[in-house]
Amino acid sequence: MPVLWLVLIILGIAAVGYVLGRSRALASAGGDSRRLHSLPGYYGANAALKSIVPAAVVMVVWLLAQPLYVTSVVSDMIPETSIAEGSSLGLVMSEVRRTAEGLDNAVGLGLMTEDFARNARADLGDITQRLRDAGQIVTSEVTQPIMRAAQQFRVMNATGNLLMTGVVLVLAVVGMLWGMRESGAQFRARNVVESGILALLVAAASIAILTTLGIVLSLVFNTWEFFKLYPAADFFFGLEWSPSFSGRGGSSELGIVPLLWGTFYISIVALAVAIPIGLFSAIYLSEYASPRVRAFAKPMLEVLAGIPTIVYGLFALLTVGPMLMRVFGDDGLGWMQSGTAVMTAGLVMGVMLIPFVSSLSDDIINAVPQALRDGSYGLGATQSETIRQVVLPAALPGIVGAILLAASRAIGETMIVVLGAGAAARLSMNPFEAMTTVTAKIVSQLTGDSDFASPEALVAFALGMTLFVLTLGLNVLALYIVRKYREQYE
Amino acid sequence: MDDMRLTERTVDTNESKITARKVQVYYGDTHALRDVDVDILDKAVTAFIGPSGCGKSTFLRCINRMNDTISVARVEGEIKLDGEDIYDAKVDPVQLRAKVGMVFQKPNPFPKSIYDNVSYGPKIHGMTRSKAELDEIVEKSLRRAALWDEVKDRLNEPGTGLSGGQQQRLCIARAVATEPEVLLMDEPCSALDPIATAQVEELIDELRSNFSVVIVTHSMQQAARVSQRTAFFHLGYLVEYGETGQIFTNPKDPRTESYITGRIG
Repeated sequence: MPVLWLVLIILGIAAVGYVLGRSRALASAGGDSRRLHSLPGYYGANAALKSIVPAAVVMVVWLLAQPLYVTSVVSDMIPETSIAEGSSLGLVMSEVRRTAEGLDNAVGLGLMTEDFARNARADLGDITQRLRDAGQIVTSEVTQPIMRAAQQFRVMNATGNLLMTGVVLVLAVVGMLWGMRESGAQFRARNVVESGILALLVAAASIAILTTLGIVLSLVFNTWEFFKLYPAADFFFGLEWSPSFSGRGGSSELGIVPLLWGTFYISIVALAVAIPIGLFSAIYLSEYASPRVRAFAKPMLEVLAGIPTIVYGLFALLTVGPMLMRVFGDDGLGWMQSGTAVMTAGLVMGVMLIPFVSSLSDDIINAVPQALRDGSYGLGATQSETIRQVVLPAALPGIVGAILLAASRAIGETMIVVLGAGAAARLSMNPFEAMTTVTAKIVSQLTGDSDFASPEALVAFALGMTLFVLTLGLNVLALYIVRKYREQYE
Repeated sequence: MDDMRLTERTVDTNESKITARKVQVYYGDTHALRDVDVDILDKAVTAFIGPSGCGKSTFLRCINRMNDTISVARVEGEIKLDGEDIYDAKVDPVQLRAKVGMVFQKPNPFPKSIYDNVSYGPKIHGMTRSKAELDEIVEKSLRRAALWDEVKDRLNEPGTGLSGGQQQRLCIARAVATEPEVLLMDEPCSALDPIATAQVEELIDELRSNFSVVIVTHSMQQAARVSQRTAFFHLGYLVEYGETGQIFTNPKDPRTESYITGRIG
């Protein structure tokens, strides 16, 4: 039975549970809902929750565990000898899975009987041919062990699914009955539902946290793998970035320093654009602009934040790059070789960051109490004196936090760099030269068909890990500063 | 109200510092203040009393044009400081506010050091030529605000770290540091405990030897204790204005009598 049907049936049972639980509770109070401990709906919700939650939990766990179990049993069936030279157990297993799927589909199309599909002694050439006829992808002639494994795979999966359906449905019904049994006037359904909702919220929060943890762990393990193949000291202190894509390794230089330098250089250019413009526009919007201008200008500025970064990248590649070339290129000052350069990417990234800086700074400046401004005006200070000497110093920690958040955005930005800054890893002070960043190199190391176990591919994880640590550090610092600032006025 | 008789009611001069005629204030469509005529004496404490929303703070904020910072507020009529119309186009509100200092209801020290708080006004107005002169002004202002002895050893600590009463006296020191001619106080003691209130009241009495002080207060006892002249506002009108003792003991208007005896407001 497909999972979708199972889910619908459970929901149906829950709906029945809701109606029955509610009416049972009402009946136990003689139809007078005032004599119930909780509102009637809570009794219904209690029964519905008790039918859904255990069944759903078991189903999810089962769906995750069954493929693991089946795969481990089936792979034990495959003898060492049937794994060809240069192949691996994983490849053979995917062959097994494909064959099993082919058998399923062939049976589904009516080209084979179930008996025939299960019969291990069938002529292999014949089966392969029949699968091909059924339009199923079979790489080469199916061998005996693979056929057996595929058959075992099918049988185990079928039994597993059947068992799961049974167990889940029984659980749902038992849960519903349990919820109904409880539905008496004295039962505190309200509190039970409340704790059910609490559990739901906790589960949602822990999924988010566990996912983050999973991402970090996958980074850590792959980084570890990388450092087994490539010395960490060379990675962190190497001044050369020239990966070879032969797949044999050995000749690659994978030093992170040129990439970090590119990242920082571009980020600094971006921040040099974004901080003054963002901050000044925030000051204008929060202190000088009339409400009409503000109502119009603030959303306009925030539109910038909604533009996809790939569009910024195109803007860099097609507009800003050529424009800079006209001034600084060979026709102009002659400092620039091509349109893709640190300056191009940095300027465009700066524009992207303006709404970050301005929007956050605007909120922070608005949070400075009016009493401080009044105090300054009352002493005969002008508006700009008040802003410079009272409002900005009071808002400074928050503004620094906003800038750090923008910086971590800049460090993690990819598309603008890929399109605007070029791909050459270089250690240079010239902002009109092409450079590249950590993120852009992660993209180029993983796209392409290099062997996933080679240091050239694994280095992407080490780069990602380094980037993660850097931006995490910046974010923590920013949050710390912002929080410290908040304590001052509450 | 025994303490009323303790207060010195005689005033040093009978010169008017501020004269207001037919002052009207509108907040958008609301007519907040109507036809206010008042003469505020130099070197005396004038108290504005009245129930909440009666317009006393609004009028106070007219005197140093703080209402200019509220975009919907509009002021009509004539307010003269030393015979000069402060709403004249020639008058720079920023210059005016240097002459008419203000202390607010809630202590609002800047998030700077105590020294920087007091020296803020003198610095922006370029009142000093050297650091030594500035030090002198800071010390003098803090002494006037009766705060010097408590803070002289920690002038570089943030002003926000002081207690509420100290913060308010710091704000008074900050206001007197710019050598204003008039000092406006908008309920300066409402956020303070009785001991701090007593200190600030004592201070107000001392300040009147140099300034014309205008204080808005909700406490009639406070008005009686510190002021020589009292104005009673009600629903946007200036109902009665006169010598403080007369207002509290022999009010002419029935509304004033109702308010000070606690029947309205």
